[in-house]
Amino acid sequence: MKRVRRRTRDWTMVVGLIIAVLALVSAVLAPWLAPSNPYEQTDVLATRFLPPFSTGPDGVTHWFGTDRFGRDVLSRLLYGAQISLTVGLLSVAISTLLGLGVGISAAVFGGRLDRILMAVTDAALALPRLVLLLALVAIFNPSLWLVVVVLGCTGWMPVARLSRAEIRSMLSRPFVVAARGYGLSTWRLITRHLLPNTLTPVLVAGALAVGNAITLESGLAFLGLGVPPPAPSWGSMIAGGRDALVFAPWIAVFPGVAIAMMVLACNLIGDGLRDWLDPQSR
Amino acid sequence: MQLRVIDKTAAVPPNATLDAPTPEVRLFHMLERVLSRCVTGALLVFAVVTFTFLLINLAPGDPARLWVGPGAGTAELEAARQALGLDRSLPVRYWSWLVRFVTGDWGTSLVQQRPVTGIIASALPHTILLSAGSLFITYIGSVLLGLFQAAHARGFWDRTLSALSLLAYGIPAYWLAAMLVMVFAYASARYGWPAVLRLPAMGASALDAEYLSPWGQVADRIRHLILPLTTLGVIGIAGTSRFVRGAVLDVTHQNHVAVARARGLRPWRVQGLYIMRNALVPIVTLMGLSLPALFSGTVFVEVVFALPGMGREIVSAVSSRDYPVVMATTAIFAALVVVGNLLADLFQGVLDPRVRQP
Repeated sequence: MKRVRRRTRDWTMVVGLIIAVLALVSAVLAPWLAPSNPYEQTDVLATRFLPPFSTGPDGVTHWFGTDRFGRDVLSRLLYGAQISLTVGLLSVAISTLLGLGVGISAAVFGGRLDRILMAVTDAALALPRLVLLLALVAIFNPSLWLVVVVLGCTGWMPVARLSRAEIRSMLSRPFVVAARGYGLSTWRLITRHLLPNTLTPVLVAGALAVGNAITLESGLAFLGLGVPPPAPSWGSMIAGGRDALVFAPWIAVFPGVAIAMMVLACNLIGDGLRDWLDPQSR
Repeated sequence: MQLRVIDKTAAVPPNATLDAPTPEVRLFHMLERVLSRCVTGALLVFAVVTFTFLLINLAPGDPARLWVGPGAGTAELEAARQALGLDRSLPVRYWSWLVRFVTGDWGTSLVQQRPVTGIIASALPHTILLSAGSLFITYIGSVLLGLFQAAHARGFWDRTLSALSLLAYGIPAYWLAAMLVMVFAYASARYGWPAVLRLPAMGASALDAEYLSPWGQVADRIRHLILPLTTLGVIGIAGTSRFVRGAVLDVTHQNHVAVARARGLRPWRVQGLYIMRNALVPIVTLMGLSLPALFSGTVFVEVVFALPGMGREIVSAVSSRDYPVVMATTAIFAALVVVGNLLADLFQGVLDPRVRQP
């Protein structure tokens, strides 16, 4: 029974990894894989709204059809993976670093600093993240890097809570007490003993957060407040296809499937990592 | 199955009162708890609006320029700056803004040129209706689904439903909404499906709603809510049901359930009174914590379905840099989360007597 369960868990993680690798490959190799230029608009009237598997006047086959400006949907999807992965990975890296900083200093130094930092964390957690993002976007002009920074700066709270809880539970454990008894400096205690032991839950949370960040990035783009057009963000592709749902549903359908797949992959990898790195939950 | 041993010799403080607290004492403790939560909540909303105020005021860009438009001269710009109070220092501005904000004077929308309070008053009911409806559906749906999955744990249906909900959880709300519109508003009309499946694509009510009978109007409003609530419900249930399943399975293996079964109680009694009653507590906590995500979802759903709620207001205010409306909607969203968490907390007290204890 246990062995069977373990197998299925491994199997789901493999599915997640396959999707993630596919996305990574299509992002990196987009310039070579894409059948046509994702930005180029040639003869718009002749090339727009071509259904999937049709061949345009220039002889290029559009596997996923074309959008309202005659741009190849498949090529835009592949280039869109670049945006999704850049935003997802970089913003989570930023928020993980911020969260670890806040969580570790709250746990290690304790006292008043702990109370202040945790109050700020709770306050930031109480606001819908989208509202926070919108308020931030309202102030600056949207760009890819703004989206990365803003997502990074609004996602650190769960990491902070998580790492604080982990480290607090560790502070009274014998190996930390012993390390302190040896006269280890606080900095070395953190980098040598505390940080490595918090990495498992932080990695798991990070995998899940990447999926979340990808959803939010495309959501902002969908609202017209994210990475600005003509960049092929999956969210703005869906927004662009929304008016054409009646006669050209492929424009909006494919990017949505791509987002759902990416988030699924992140969730599967997160769950798999937890099982793999944390023997207790097996 | 491991039974927990109850240690009867466990230390009881000699002067501890073992009597249950009187109703007055319980009420007092409850009021105390509610009051302290209210104060924390108010502080939180205060922190959020202060943060937003600072962000907006320290940000680059000139609201006065935005207000008068690009064609205005220097004199006009100065007049606008004075009218908006931008000629004063930041702390002065903050204080006067805070006083007005607390007293209910939320200013005028720069774009719509009408009081912000009026905008909020017309938008808020739509959002509350939408989120309350979706919470209700999520709660009922995920409890039913979770119970079903827990009853068939590790079976075919459990696995299938788990996989499906993991997949559905990743679907962006706005995309699901657009797909539902495509199928149940466009395709259904095109292929002449039965009227039940032909649903409105957008708006909160039909254009001719004013000519309908009162009941017709209610039915019309409900018809317009079906697709938005389905969107939020599917995503909510997908996110919540696996926690319900886990909570139910946790409780199923506890001693009191084994005892209830051993006493020969009917399965539905065990299921309802012994398992569900206890599993509800963590689920209510989860629902309280998931409120921010729910409001993020309502923003998208309101935009896709053109529902005139808070989400659409904040998005259009952000797009047009309508700062008074951005401030107000942010504050209201924070307040909604605070109130929702307070309600979840109170509801938890109803469900779990241990929470009521001081």
